[in-house]
Amino acid sequence: MPSPQIDPRGQRFAAAVTSVVLVAVLLTAPGPLGIALLAAQAALFATAVARGVQRTPVAAVFRAAVRPRLAPPAHLEDPEPPRFAQGVGLVFALVALAGFLSGATALGHVATGVALVAALLNATIGLCLGCEVYLLGRRALASPHSPQIPATPTRSTR
Amino acid sequence: MTTGQWVLLVCVLLVVGFAMYRVATDGQFRGNRRRRVGAGTTSGETAATVLTSAGVAVPLGERATLVQFSSAFCAPCRATRRVLGEVAELVPGVTHVEIDAEHHLDAVRSLRVLRTPTTLILDAEGREVSRASGQPQRDQVLVALDRT
Repeated sequence: MPSPQIDPRGQRFAAAVTSVVLVAVLLTAPGPLGIALLAAQAALFATAVARGVQRTPVAAVFRAAVRPRLAPPAHLEDPEPPRFAQGVGLVFALVALAGFLSGATALGHVATGVALVAALLNATIGLCLGCEVYLLGRRALASPHSPQIPATPTRSTR
Repeated sequence: MTTGQWVLLVCVLLVVGFAMYRVATDGQFRGNRRRRVGAGTTSGETAATVLTSAGVAVPLGERATLVQFSSAFCAPCRATRRVLGEVAELVPGVTHVEIDAEHHLDAVRSLRVLRTPTTLILDAEGREVSRASGQPQRDQVLVALDRT
């Protein structure tokens, strides 16, 4: 399933927007404005997971208003890693939402904070935290002597 | 300060600290005189034999082998593949092998690979002499190879 490649700066832009929204959430939740912003952010995450990171409203703004002002990208990237990361973001946003709505505001604040750390790292140094935690999670979950899938190097150069 | 403001402050400090650490260490090769092999392995074992016993065929280069651990959800893995592929073409006797970390978790565990991409440099005998986590630049790979 080859998906079209994306401009990595679009992801940085989306992460910057996410960061601004989540900072606003931390400053206003559990008030109604904070809850509304958090719900909107969760909807954006969900859109990216369901339709792909290149088909969100934020991606449309990037293409219309930001990309024309930038030089052509030095390289393109695979859209699947950021899509996975948006799914991780969605989980934390939903946990935070559940926390704020159920009165467990501390949980809401902490879950929002985790999502904010991931978004800020993505916006500032292009790091995909969800992607890195993925391997650690697989390492931890698989039993030490799990059956192995027959091994082939994915590619070797001479 | 409100709870939200405290959480915000902690988040920003965490991000600044971690980002600085990452930018400073990403792609940097660290040699190891201790010849890092798996925990609890016998002294005759090398990184290459660990991989072989995990079922990964590692055709060793005459001079050195660049072993790259990658995973599906990894943006810098693609760029790392390009860099290491170029180096393997450029430097005689150097080969590049890419391994899907998710499918070889035993090897990942015994070689203590924590993130992708991680690049191991093996010498002609298959011993690990150096490793870098994160995307290395071409010059960083060449310099590390010179020390091999």
